[in-house]
Amino acid sequence: MTALPAQQAPLAGGPGLPPVEDIKAKIEAGVPGAVVAVIHNASPSAQHSLLLDAEHARDVALFLRDHPDLRLDYCSLMTGVDWLDTETTEKVKVKKVVDGPDGSQQETEVEEVRKTKHPGYLEAVYHLFSMEKKHGPVILRLRTANRTDQTHLPSLTPVWRSAEFQEREAFDLYGIIFDGHPDLRRILMWDGFVDHPMRKDYVPPADDALHPGVHA
Amino acid sequence: MLGEGIIQGLLETARNFFGSYVDKKRLTTVQYPEERWALPEASRNFPILLYDGPDPDAGLRCVSCQICEKECPPRCIHIVKSKDKKPDFAGKQQFYPAVFDIDVSVCMSCQICVEVCPFDAIRMDKVFELSTTDRFGGLLWDKHELAKSNEYYHTIHPTEAAECDERRAKELADAKAKAAASAAAAAAKAAQAKDPAAAPPPHSTNGSLASTNGAAAPGKSELPKSEVKGTQ
Amino acid sequence: MTGPLLELDSVAGAGEIMEVSMGPHHPSTHGVFRMDVRLEGEKVVRLKPVFGYLHRNHEKIAEHGAYLSAIPYTDRLDYLCSMTNNWGYCLAVEKLAGIAVPERAEYIRVIVAELTRFQNHAGLVGFLLQDMGASGTPLMYAFREREKVLDLFESLSGARMMCNYMRFGGVRVDCTTAWLDEVRRLVPALPRFVDEFENLLRANEILMARTQGTGKLPRDLAINAGVTGPMLRASGVNYDVRKVDKYGIYDRFDFRVPLGDHGDVYDRYMMRILEMRETVKILEQALRDIPGGPIIDPKVRLRGLRPKAGEAYGRIESPKGELGFYLISDGSTNPYRYRVRPPSMINLTILEDMCLGENIADVVITLGSVDIVLGEVDR
Repeated sequence: MTALPAQQAPLAGGPGLPPVEDIKAKIEAGVPGAVVAVIHNASPSAQHSLLLDAEHARDVALFLRDHPDLRLDYCSLMTGVDWLDTETTEKVKVKKVVDGPDGSQQETEVEEVRKTKHPGYLEAVYHLFSMEKKHGPVILRLRTANRTDQTHLPSLTPVWRSAEFQEREAFDLYGIIFDGHPDLRRILMWDGFVDHPMRKDYVPPADDALHPGVHA
Repeated sequence: MLGEGIIQGLLETARNFFGSYVDKKRLTTVQYPEERWALPEASRNFPILLYDGPDPDAGLRCVSCQICEKECPPRCIHIVKSKDKKPDFAGKQQFYPAVFDIDVSVCMSCQICVEVCPFDAIRMDKVFELSTTDRFGGLLWDKHELAKSNEYYHTIHPTEAAECDERRAKELADAKAKAAASAAAAAAKAAQAKDPAAAPPPHSTNGSLASTNGAAAPGKSELPKSEVKGTQ
Repeated sequence: MTGPLLELDSVAGAGEIMEVSMGPHHPSTHGVFRMDVRLEGEKVVRLKPVFGYLHRNHEKIAEHGAYLSAIPYTDRLDYLCSMTNNWGYCLAVEKLAGIAVPERAEYIRVIVAELTRFQNHAGLVGFLLQDMGASGTPLMYAFREREKVLDLFESLSGARMMCNYMRFGGVRVDCTTAWLDEVRRLVPALPRFVDEFENLLRANEILMARTQGTGKLPRDLAINAGVTGPMLRASGVNYDVRKVDKYGIYDRFDFRVPLGDHGDVYDRYMMRILEMRETVKILEQALRDIPGGPIIDPKVRLRGLRPKAGEAYGRIESPKGELGFYLISDGSTNPYRYRVRPPSMINLTILEDMCLGENIADVVITLGSVDIVLGEVDR
């Protein structure tokens, strides 16, 4: 296969961008109190991302935009993602005191099945590039606490104007509420629409008499 | 001079206007429907099912594998598999579609059904003058409306059809040769069994297969492979 | 809702304010697109774009089907440029799954993508001039060349606009020598066409008076608002994804990136004309150098592609701007998250900023110079 080295070179990084762990270190040094985690990406694209906490997200964004080495002045893409509630089961060996057949108390090891519920969350992903330095992408992730009542995230529109319509779309289609957005209202669905269509558990309404849907 | 730019532009327009009386290249209007241009060979519009021979039911290539139904992006194909089987072009017993419907008002002519079909059964037609007054029934085509002969396929896509026929002939020849070889091996084994000097093998069931309608051979390899260019 | 359709407000010292809804049924809005404009006399005081009339939920459809099934739907995003849409999506999947592309396929991709760029820019200039009142003559000249390109696409892929031509790891069908000879016959005639096309209206006094100084977009605002494509370069920012990412084999071609000085409508119009000339250069080089060989990676499965769990963002320079696809895979046959970065929608973010203080007639030509296709804005 005559594949060329140029097309195999991953977009992640580029000639001038430091590796993602260095960017994390820079952020932690430059924005005190920021909680940053590296989310590893297993695919061959090697585009790893940084998970930020909602409280310091705006400060981190400003830091990244204005830092002289990074100059991430261009927010290319803002995406909403829906992660449903999951449940993990694991078998755990615990020591328990049980009554023996002859009435005495014995300590034995018993296998218990533990089910842990992990609440789902809505995620906002930002892809940042630098037009000045021609490098990128740096990927930021913000996660809400759950999918039901705590769906607020800080808006990064004051930092990058390109997020304006895209955050409106994430609000419209996913229900993420962006605090600080200048004009947060529905953008693609009509104004009286209820519900958020891109969520994984969205049930579409009835189409017509021929296709009654599940609501009929 | 004021207006020079406008005059320059108008000269350009004049060149095209008067030029269209002289130069065919500047007169691009095709007076449809009196004048029709031939469509290029690769042109595609809606799918058709191919059959070999004179009878659409007996010669239909489709074996109801339902791969096209699964891969169709807007899910416009509806297939119901038959309960019985009929022999295909190589003589092997195959299912056939009892129902094969395409909702042409949903079909987006993407041609993925053609790409994934392993049996050369579905191809794209080029006809586009298809308007009907029946919005729902007229645009839901069943097996009989979709079936078109292989000769018709040759008239619309000659290069593809020739290459397809060549490949199918080769597969048929290979299948026949394989069947002949296994029949010869079975005959040799049967002759060996009759020979009192040789120990009879515990099962000599190969002999029974040689008596079926000649071309069928056991195993997976005689199913026609898809010749989707360069992909699998 | 942006408020009642007709309201009469008073602004201190000024006159009455009238709210006008331009669209969605409007001949000059390039599709079903609406702008709620507040006017003080003829001057625009506020402008809010409203869209979503063509929202077809493309992202959810793609998430419900396999990776292959999404390709014909990408044709219908920016429906004038189906080849580049296909390429953007295939590039993202190739990044996600680590698929290499053979050389001949890369050259074919460049040839069809640059032909697409040529016919898109020609069509756009035609539509822009029609919006200005040129009543269709430049548009028909542009369409005359566009028809030749669409005929080439039909003989190659089977369809004029919805080509469904690219696959993961290459292209679907090889181009014959006859087809390449057709392209080699067309390309030398293109520079003469661009000259004629430019001469129609280049020095036209009405055009210059209407477009120069209208719809100005300052450089810093363009970068911050995520504007890409010819609109960004008209404001003087040197950012072309073909030069920055060098995806495919673009680093092999010698072509320049035109830049504008003022960021007004005239610069954006000239940007398209100059890019058409650069496109012809790329085509000549690609047609000269195209090698033989396979057109697709034979190891890639057509059906049932299952990339490893992970994510990838792949982007290309489409004629409208940076077209990107963000894919999250969970290891199954369907993408978990499929997102399109629509350049037309993001370029609309600063439509209001460009139109404030201008006359309402200039709103039409400013919108025309943004180059939107509603299939991409709404998906």
